[in-house]
Amino acid sequence: MRKWFICLFLIFSFSYTSQVHAFSKQVIQRGAVGDDVIELQARLQYLGFYRGKIDGVFGWRTYWALRKFQYKFKLPVDGLAGETTKQKLVRASKYYKSFVYNNLRKGNTFTHYGGVPLSKQVKARKTKKQATAAKAINTRANSKQMAVKRVKSAAVNVPNGFSQNDIQLMANAVHGEARGEPYIGQVAVAAVILNRINSPSFPNTVAGVIFEPGAFTAVADGQIWLTPNETSRKAVLDALNGWDPSSGALYYFNPHTATNGWIWSRPQIKRIGKHIFCK
Amino acid sequence: MLRILLIGALSIGIAGTAYWGYREHQQKNAILIHAENNYQRAFHDLTYQIDLLHDQIGTTLAMNSRQSLSPALAEVWRLASEAHATVGQLPLSLLPFNKTEEFLSNIGSFSYRAAIRDLDKQPLNAEEYKTLQQLYKKSADIQQELRNVQHLVLENNLRWMDVELALATNNRPNDNTIIDGFKTVEKNVQSYNETDFGPSFTSIEKRTKGFEHISGKKITKEEAKQIAKMFLGLKGNEDIQVVHSGEGASDAFYSVTIKHPKTKSETYMDITEKGGYPIWVIENRPVNKQNISLNEATMRGLQFLKQHKFNNFELYESTQYDHVAVLTFVTAKDGVRIYPESIKMKIALDDGNIIGFSARDYLSAKRERKIPKPSISIEQARKKMNPNVTIMEERKAIIMNNMNQEVLCYEFLGTLGDDTYRIFINAQNGMEEKVEKLQNPEPIYGEI
Repeated sequence: MRKWFICLFLIFSFSYTSQVHAFSKQVIQRGAVGDDVIELQARLQYLGFYRGKIDGVFGWRTYWALRKFQYKFKLPVDGLAGETTKQKLVRASKYYKSFVYNNLRKGNTFTHYGGVPLSKQVKARKTKKQATAAKAINTRANSKQMAVKRVKSAAVNVPNGFSQNDIQLMANAVHGEARGEPYIGQVAVAAVILNRINSPSFPNTVAGVIFEPGAFTAVADGQIWLTPNETSRKAVLDALNGWDPSSGALYYFNPHTATNGWIWSRPQIKRIGKHIFCK
Repeated sequence: MLRILLIGALSIGIAGTAYWGYREHQQKNAILIHAENNYQRAFHDLTYQIDLLHDQIGTTLAMNSRQSLSPALAEVWRLASEAHATVGQLPLSLLPFNKTEEFLSNIGSFSYRAAIRDLDKQPLNAEEYKTLQQLYKKSADIQQELRNVQHLVLENNLRWMDVELALATNNRPNDNTIIDGFKTVEKNVQSYNETDFGPSFTSIEKRTKGFEHISGKKITKEEAKQIAKMFLGLKGNEDIQVVHSGEGASDAFYSVTIKHPKTKSETYMDITEKGGYPIWVIENRPVNKQNISLNEATMRGLQFLKQHKFNNFELYESTQYDHVAVLTFVTAKDGVRIYPESIKMKIALDDGNIIGFSARDYLSAKRERKIPKPSISIEQARKKMNPNVTIMEERKAIIMNNMNQEVLCYEFLGTLGDDTYRIFINAQNGMEEKVEKLQNPEPIYGEI
């Protein structure tokens, strides 16, 4: 198995060729994701400016690397990869696209420094899945289909202070609580969770608020563990990014099913779909 | 023969069912007991923590030297936040128990602020001392009440599961000891509000963001409709509905829902009643491909702001989520960024249209302000920084500090190791107001 792998990598490292044409026309700016960012990171790494992971997300490390490059090459230092910067970068560096994409696809740990043989820059990820992935790639290599397919980035942008797992947990709660509601109602439910985190009368964490006994019916009856759809995830992201359709509400209830009399005594802010949001 | 067989089969069936039922019952009981035990642990923990809290506040009252007072106050802070977390584990969220939680959280922030302060230079003043004494008394009341409930719980073998059931079904028996006990606690704390924490504390407390500074006359539903049309550039054939906010809203507003007849997508928008400012907009539609770059989206965002008379804005943050750009703009005046005045925008990267807008922060912070002259130079501020941080960018900025006051700062962007930090040094007294570690992109876990 091991040998097989090494063989495979050898074949790959011979077959990789650096590409001349590069980058789409866009000006790349911090926060961007996608193929251009992968190329930008790889090229900056080739020249030794960027020492982070090539993950396809234009974060702070890429930003500083780009600025350093602009400074060294006597370009205006603005942290934007515009036309001139990209041209200079392409002229100064090489980019082994298929090498980068193959490793991204396999989830390997790899680098893309200039002057070091590519085969020495990969540390394969050892997982069970890899066997199947390698097989798939093997067949692909055999059939000489080395065309680079669109690859998913190895990282994503997340709102400050929250992880993908927090987003997932909140999406679960929103889906369980409000999946039949209009989109805005789902954003509002997510916003209520966030308002509670900031309120002194409630726990201070995502999990603390969601799992507070009796706080959400979807948690009590297990609907929270339904698989959330893309809409609820989008709603959570909007709420995390600062949209609050509930206008600071801490509670909401469905007037048809609410059994607790106390909730009616709260000052009501607005109604969205079936839910009444209140202070 | 057949009959005997049948009877035999049936009795085996019955016995099997009975055994299965018994097992189910046992399992259900085990889970119930497990849940009950969790509640019991949280409850007994809470009483114990309040005990400790009460004692600890008592000890701080008797202390004088900074060396012992600071750690003691820090301990109060720890106990208060622990108790606050424990309350969150009890099934009380349907019971009005907020005041108690708020009280605990306020004790926490009060003691925290006192603990981190240099008590040699700025010892506790008479007022704060009085606050501590009152806290001591209040916590004694809570402790008494909780101890009482605890005693009854233990003596009568009361179960928290019953409380939960009673709260959920709303036919609470009048003599539910636990509920009554907690209600008494709540009533006790209610008499003690924020202002008792001293005048400095109220300004510290996070105020709910209201739009006190906006001006203008009250608008009508029809005007709200017009504003929405203007702001969103509608064609006029859309179905628009306007609803006024309820009496619980801190600032009255209109909620506008716009249905587009062609695309069937919906746009939602809130507009303040006073002055008719747009608070936020969200359009929900799928964005499946990218045609324009994040950079171009930024340009469009800035142009949109200019068009709608939001002047002097510059880009602060830009982030791309799939095919949507989320942008944050802040105002800048004479080269000073005013961070509280921020506007967020969502721009679809397929056609470059604005699909989200939020001016809540801007509306609550916007006012005429005079930017003060800094008393220290940027060189002096630079010296206040951690020497290990490499400074990459610097500028002046106004931010909200921990005490919820606006302060003029020198802002430095610097790197330390692989991470980037945003550091604010107060331009008047050189204090390090805020240090933020900026978010790195998060790797995707568990995917090939």
